[in-house]
Amino acid sequence: MASALINVPRRAKRGDIVELRALTSHIMETGYRRTAAGEVIPRDIITSFTCRYNGREIFRADLFPAISANPYLSFFTTATESGTFAFEWIGDNGFSQTASAAITVE
Amino acid sequence: MRAIGAIIAALLLTIAQAGEIAHDQRRSGYSFMAPDTKAMQDDDTSNPGMLWVLDGEALWTKRIGAADKACADCHGDAAASMKGVAARYPAFDKALGRPVDLEQRINLCRTEHQQAPPLDYEGHDLLALTALIAHQSRGMPIAPADDPQLEPFLAEGRALFMQRQGQLNLACTNCHDDNWDKHLAGSAITQGQPTGYPMYRLEWQTLGSLQRRLRGCMTGIRAQAFSYGAPELVELELYLRSRAAGMPVETPAVRP
Repeated sequence: MASALINVPRRAKRGDIVELRALTSHIMETGYRRTAAGEVIPRDIITSFTCRYNGREIFRADLFPAISANPYLSFFTTATESGTFAFEWIGDNGFSQTASAAITVE
Repeated sequence: MRAIGAIIAALLLTIAQAGEIAHDQRRSGYSFMAPDTKAMQDDDTSNPGMLWVLDGEALWTKRIGAADKACADCHGDAAASMKGVAARYPAFDKALGRPVDLEQRINLCRTEHQQAPPLDYEGHDLLALTALIAHQSRGMPIAPADDPQLEPFLAEGRALFMQRQGQLNLACTNCHDDNWDKHLAGSAITQGQPTGYPMYRLEWQTLGSLQRRLRGCMTGIRAQAFSYGAPELVELELYLRSRAAGMPVETPAVRP
């Protein structure tokens, strides 16, 4: 089961700098830990995050094992037009999670 | 010799009683946190505990078990039916003749009414359902059930709280009543008020129950921790909730 929480302002004035925040649930297992029996716990992390604003990529991040579980990312963009922010997380073992939020620019 | 013994016993008793925190001095773990961590808890889109609440909402309406019933089929909308429920748990269960905590109540409901296998302690689904239910009481005062049948269990819980144990020979009270205004290495000791469970602990990188927290403390004082679901842990939960009566529920809280 996976879910995501995103925070995007509903309205903004054209040219405003807006903050986008994205939180998703993921264990981010590093691949360096071992079980009590000494076996390596295989790596299971999110490897990439992208945000598209009306289809145009505005933010991309590569994620690594040192990043905590349930990663939280916050970044800024300029509000240029009304439309949708599409968020996508991709990770090990075919992990894929998407979310989107609409913004009205006046 | 006997007189000296009696004086020592009397002194020990006064020390134990003097330790308990005055009503107006009680503080949630929240007030010990740095501004960054407080901000994380306050904003529902940055509070990772809300991810479990969301998953709990999905589980609430999912039909399971031989009875093919969802929680919602009996209880309806959790926002209405579960409001204030978590604030009065642990509560006395007539059939078992002893108090049960919220996790145990969920599992009783599963086995009896949904005819489904009980969920594992600290498993994702049990935490998600507990978080969803406890979240409905957020902001409401903790209100332990005023039930005379709970009294012996409450007394047991209090005795456990005062009981020195483990290789370090410490009782809960030695830190959380007597030294809550001090630090243990870099960390605030805090009063151990159970206001925000299940809560997201940054150290755990996941949501966890009050029982997990209690077991962590017991391991810390090098005592043998009680197993999940043990009656002793529920009695401790019961005492802790009575100690925090009137403080607002914060579920899901964030703690360092």
